Amino acid sequence: MLVDRYLIQEVIGVGGMGSVYRARDLHFPNVVKIVAVKEMINQARDPMVRQTILHNFEREANLLVTLNHVAIPKIFDYFTHDERSYLVLEYINGKDLEAILNETEGFLPEDQVVKWAIEICDVLDYLHNHKPEPIIFRDMKPSNVMINHNGHVMLIDFGIAKIFREGQKGTMIGTEGYSPPEQYRGEATPVADIYALGATLHHLLTKRDPRLEPPFSFSERPIRKINPSVSPELEAVINTALQYNPTDRFPSAIAMKEALLAVARKTGILSRITLPVTMKEEKIKPLWVFKCEDEVRGSPFYDNGVIYIGSYDNNLYALDATKGEFHWKFPTEGAIVGRPIVYQDMVLIGSKDSNLYCISAKTGKLLWNHKTDGAIHSSPRVGEGHVFFGSDDGYLYAINLTSGRRAWRLDAGEAIRSTPFLTNEFIYFGTEAGDFLCVDYRGQIKWRFRAKRAITSSPTVTQGMVYFTSLDASFYALDSKSGWMIWRFRMGKGSVSSPCRVDNFVFAGSADGFIYCLDANTSKEIWRFQTDHQVSGSPVIYKDSLYCGSADGNLYCLDYKTGKLRWKFATDGPITGTPMAFNNVIYFGSADHMVYALLA
Amino acid sequence: MIKFLERLLNRQKPKPSGNESGFVQTAPLSEEQLQPVTVMPLVIEPAHLLVGVGQSVGKQRERNEDALFSLSSILSDGNVELPFGVFIVADGMGGHEHGEIASGVAVRAMAEFILSRSYLPFLSMEDRQRSSLQEVMENGVVQAQQAVVRYAPGGGTTLTAALVVGEQVTLAHVGDSRAYFVYPDGRMQVVTQDHSLVHRLVELGQLSEQEAQVHPQRNVLYRALGQSEPFRPDIHTHPMPRPGFLLICSDGLWGVLSEKEMFQIITSARNPAIACKNLVDAANAAGGPDNISVILVQYL
Repeated sequence: MLVDRYLIQEVIGVGGMGSVYRARDLHFPNVVKIVAVKEMINQARDPMVRQTILHNFEREANLLVTLNHVAIPKIFDYFTHDERSYLVLEYINGKDLEAILNETEGFLPEDQVVKWAIEICDVLDYLHNHKPEPIIFRDMKPSNVMINHNGHVMLIDFGIAKIFREGQKGTMIGTEGYSPPEQYRGEATPVADIYALGATLHHLLTKRDPRLEPPFSFSERPIRKINPSVSPELEAVINTALQYNPTDRFPSAIAMKEALLAVARKTGILSRITLPVTMKEEKIKPLWVFKCEDEVRGSPFYDNGVIYIGSYDNNLYALDATKGEFHWKFPTEGAIVGRPIVYQDMVLIGSKDSNLYCISAKTGKLLWNHKTDGAIHSSPRVGEGHVFFGSDDGYLYAINLTSGRRAWRLDAGEAIRSTPFLTNEFIYFGTEAGDFLCVDYRGQIKWRFRAKRAITSSPTVTQGMVYFTSLDASFYALDSKSGWMIWRFRMGKGSVSSPCRVDNFVFAGSADGFIYCLDANTSKEIWRFQTDHQVSGSPVIYKDSLYCGSADGNLYCLDYKTGKLRWKFATDGPITGTPMAFNNVIYFGSADHMVYALLA
Repeated sequence: MIKFLERLLNRQKPKPSGNESGFVQTAPLSEEQLQPVTVMPLVIEPAHLLVGVGQSVGKQRERNEDALFSLSSILSDGNVELPFGVFIVADGMGGHEHGEIASGVAVRAMAEFILSRSYLPFLSMEDRQRSSLQEVMENGVVQAQQAVVRYAPGGGTTLTAALVVGEQVTLAHVGDSRAYFVYPDGRMQVVTQDHSLVHRLVELGQLSEQEAQVHPQRNVLYRALGQSEPFRPDIHTHPMPRPGFLLICSDGLWGVLSEKEMFQIITSARNPAIACKNLVDAANAAGGPDNISVILVQYL
């Protein structure tokens, strides 16, 4: 524990100046905020030098905190404790290029390297154009470039460690082997970073470590001689970056990026260039897992540091969201397939035993229950002081939250497994007969729409439109006011997946194994992503990713704009629920009995 | 709704009775606070579509080759409360044979199809929707195309049709007439894409806006009704601007007046009909080089 705030969880790196830790920020007790804490030990003996080092450290930290770029980790805090100084920064879930290089058998593919190089040029361009003074990274090398789990470049080790190294004798600034000639003369300019990037790329493509070779000897190791699969165009770009004379190199990171883009266009890899590396599945380590006694087919709900989730073992579990530790469980008499909801101190959940339960979030004790005449698959939703849900007995129920008494129920004619969607005015839901209903808060039907088969999917209503799917293989969009069908989209098979909408995109899965992304205005397909089995789970969007489970056992993380796979995480059973994303963590259950928490 | 009115009324209550002192603290209003007061939301129930239309042959053409259609209705029976509107503008192609016939034929065929496939089924007690509104619009364009080929062979026309149902508007569009959403805050959003060659070149970065305005081929369309090659209309659905306007017009209007001028005229007129007259007058005053057609729909 550092300064009563950062709980050290794990050492993630050891350097000459100190260690890097993964830690939890306890100032956020209800959420898991994971940070990286970099420790630097002030080894100078002379008090004056020590003071200068400390001063430089603080100046650098203050500079870094002003930087704002996706490829630069955010700085949250810094402090000094005796001879140790600490920097608290964004934790990056990924690997550095040196590790990736060491793990790769054979050579890294060219388009992968070009993609990274372009991203590095972008961030160098940002640094070099920093005002008032350009920032020179000075230490470009594979081990200082992380690839995060979304396949994007992050620059780490911002010179700050070097301040502490200066206290030692005879150490050069910059890493030998990657640095340009002029840096050895103490000059640091933007084109020095260009050279070091060239050296890094040379290393990545040839697997020849420049630190083991004489300085500035890259021209003696032509890339294509070692790795003939590299295009002559890319080799030419790297050779330009590696020119001995600074004026012969690319004048700026942007110029080098342009040259790389030209290579990408010429060799036809530009179309593939958005492809991020997919992390190998086994590399994704869950933050925690929790084992239930039977399948988990329902969906988790996050509230105030606690994950609530039901299982086929009939229990509703309350788990600590940060560690997955067991708080309490509430036994029902039947399997739980819905998503619980928390309202004030009440946890509400339906069970296949026909009851809706209202449980104290604190104690896990029953507050009240309401019995219907059929199994409950539909998830409860709360609005206007009532909880609304459907039952297999064909009724939509409105139960007063405080009394647990029924305000009304509406006969929908057939089982309701769809979860109602509540807006200010209306309640929307589908039935197993294929009806879709819009009712007001008094239980009066405003309009009815009929699909050809069951509507098990839960609707989402936004911008005056209602979206849902049906077992008739259509993805529907209706006007929320009138129920008029605006468009429908044919999928390969029926669907029970519940759509979500972000920007102009709507997403849903289908039993045909695809996750679809449609333009919400035109119903034109933007992309589809194929999984290996039915997608009966529902997608969620978190930041720029879509998360969705499949019956093939994988949780998929896709770039929601392009449908490109970022990573997938394999479980041993179908994933049928909807993941919950909160504070950079994805929670979901699988039929392999487990509840998982993964870093988003 | 009622709650909202109550909030509005409450807002007025705590008015200070007198100017107590000069020490009143002020602070900038937040976005949320500003929203309800900057645009006085006038909500009429049941919702109305207030419509104006305008048309003129212009100052330089001999014949009017534009056509337009406007229909708006409300059904309100205690359960349903549904504004419904069909608005179509077509611009027969200058120089083509049968230009004036083509636009009229297209508008009639489109209107007939939309009304028979969406409006009449809705009024009938057999309230069962067979096709989506986007499918109706797409098939309507097919009907209009067939009608042009049959009754105005060799003729061509643009077609921009809007079907307003409830709070959504579904647009079908071919050619270079335009639909705009006009918001009271000054935004004029073009919701259609011109199917014009020059416009495409601008999109591709081959031409600048300035070059496009004087380009000799600026009237050439790459997609229009009457063409022999198969094509697909652009079909899309948006929430109706509320508060705001839907504007549909031929290039005789948008090619002559700037968006700023159109906005000024629309928002300063007493009602949409007067706005349309003023728009047509302004286009004629600016030379009136082409036929002018305009429909302005205000959603109240």
